[in-house]
Amino acid sequence: MKILVLLKQTFDTEAKISIEGGKISRSGVSMIINAYDEFAVEEALKIKESLGGEVTVVSTGDDGVQDALRQALAMGADKAVLINPGTDDVDEFTAATVLAKAVSGMEYDLILAGWRAVDDGSAQVAGRVAEILGIPIAKLASKIDVEAGKATATCEIEGGTEVIELPLPAIITAQKGLNEPRYPSMKGIMQAKKKPMDKKGLGDLGLDAGAVAAKVKVLSVSLPAARAAGKVFDGEPADTSAAVVKALREEAKVI
Amino acid sequence: MAKGIFVFAEVKDGKVKKVTYELLCAARKAANALGEEVCAIMAGKGVSGLAAALGEYGADKVFVAESDALEKFTTDAFTNVIGSILQEQQPSAFLLGFSIRGRDLAAQLAQRLGTGAASDCINVEVENGQLVFTRPIYAGKAVIKVSIPEARPAIATIRPNVLPIDAPAAGKTAEVVAVSANVGDVRQVIKDIVLQVSSRPELTEADVIVSGGRGMKGPENFPILEALADVVGAAVGASRAAVDAGWVPQSIQVGQTGKTVSPTLYIACGISGAIQHLAGMGSSKCIVAVNKDPEANIFKVADFGIVGDLFNVVPILTAEFKKILA
Repeated sequence: MKILVLLKQTFDTEAKISIEGGKISRSGVSMIINAYDEFAVEEALKIKESLGGEVTVVSTGDDGVQDALRQALAMGADKAVLINPGTDDVDEFTAATVLAKAVSGMEYDLILAGWRAVDDGSAQVAGRVAEILGIPIAKLASKIDVEAGKATATCEIEGGTEVIELPLPAIITAQKGLNEPRYPSMKGIMQAKKKPMDKKGLGDLGLDAGAVAAKVKVLSVSLPAARAAGKVFDGEPADTSAAVVKALREEAKVI
Repeated sequence: MAKGIFVFAEVKDGKVKKVTYELLCAARKAANALGEEVCAIMAGKGVSGLAAALGEYGADKVFVAESDALEKFTTDAFTNVIGSILQEQQPSAFLLGFSIRGRDLAAQLAQRLGTGAASDCINVEVENGQLVFTRPIYAGKAVIKVSIPEARPAIATIRPNVLPIDAPAAGKTAEVVAVSANVGDVRQVIKDIVLQVSSRPELTEADVIVSGGRGMKGPENFPILEALADVVGAAVGASRAAVDAGWVPQSIQVGQTGKTVSPTLYIACGISGAIQHLAGMGSSKCIVAVNKDPEANIFKVADFGIVGDLFNVVPILTAEFKKILA
């Protein structure tokens, strides 16, 4: 079973966001594997452990992304591929085009990815990759079973879950609850240094800047207005509760 | 030339979802500014009867794809059917809710049509003759404005519960256009559907949410919140701490690795207010916090805070709501 994992490096969710020169500043921010992609890596490793095979992590970005890929290798992935798009002007179309092109030259039975990235929150790239590759997709999986020729995923729907069966190759996106990602062991970290990291540029994939030019243009970046702290009531529950309910009706007019 | 602002009319359990009306009203305003028409696309089984009434919310026309093969939602069937309509009609924009189905379709359709998509937008406006979308990034820690200057249709998913619904124009009906529903090759086979039986509203669409955190101390205490939720007609949510402790299912987690919600009223009980939780509920219109720690972060964003033990406060709060809502 050859499994690919689409992985994005993102800001630590604790990161404080600041703007410099009209862009989000990366200085002083620690970078992590996108939380949902980490579930995807873990699931790929579990499937490999039960069925055998190989796990390759694929990402797009600059050299800094190697850190996230190395961590996935330290968790147990076998190989990493990193495509540098050569630009910061990247949208979901760009990322998907690059990833799909890289993947189309590889062997795979199953592709896993997080259902969204915690930075841009777009929830688009995996779906777009499935479209380009012409393979079926199931999103928001909290359970995945794989057997010869097909995958079965338990996926979140509004108000519950559904079980979806897909022919392989297919792509499935991970939701929280799928598993608990392992920590890399010291041995894993040492081994990761020797595992292959295939770095490519757009030209290596037969793409050029025009083919991946972002369709979405950012016009402005700003920090949201801070929410003003409101009234805090301290005292006997009977008094504070009555005061708040009254305020909700008369001041805030929400009930 | 691309013309018309199109909206995905989402139907669930035989009803048009509220986010559809939000999309239609936003589309109507934008279409008026641009001199275009508003069209909706509705797909499903037994949905035709719902179409004409979308006129009250601004739809000029509704394209309806009706088929037994659309009874259950599958990515392939809905993408194929809606993709054909979009390819034929060539609209300038297509808006969907950032719901599970809406964002699923948005990604597939955007790629199939070779266009851009702005996800999880909280505002749509017309500037210099084009649609400009506002969207939070980094879980609301920053906000960007984007446009899709060239590719058509410009696709956007809009966060439910954020945009207003204008008063419906009573009696105005939309022209209903039946279109063929060729679902094509459907590769997702739905083997089973398990719905949680709940009389409460869907979390992401609820007007009021009562949420509990680490301060709830255990699953046995959540009925305190449910009693409050019943009185105010709320959905029940939870922080990551409560979910990770195994007290409540992950499906009700609010926050960066859970649901993003925008209710009119969010009542946070025993929630300290970690940045990841604030990310998920920060766009609530009014926030009430109950926490015994006066230094808790949640008080920095709450419109009204009660310092006190939730086990004492919440039952009294429930009784007060009951009195005023009686």
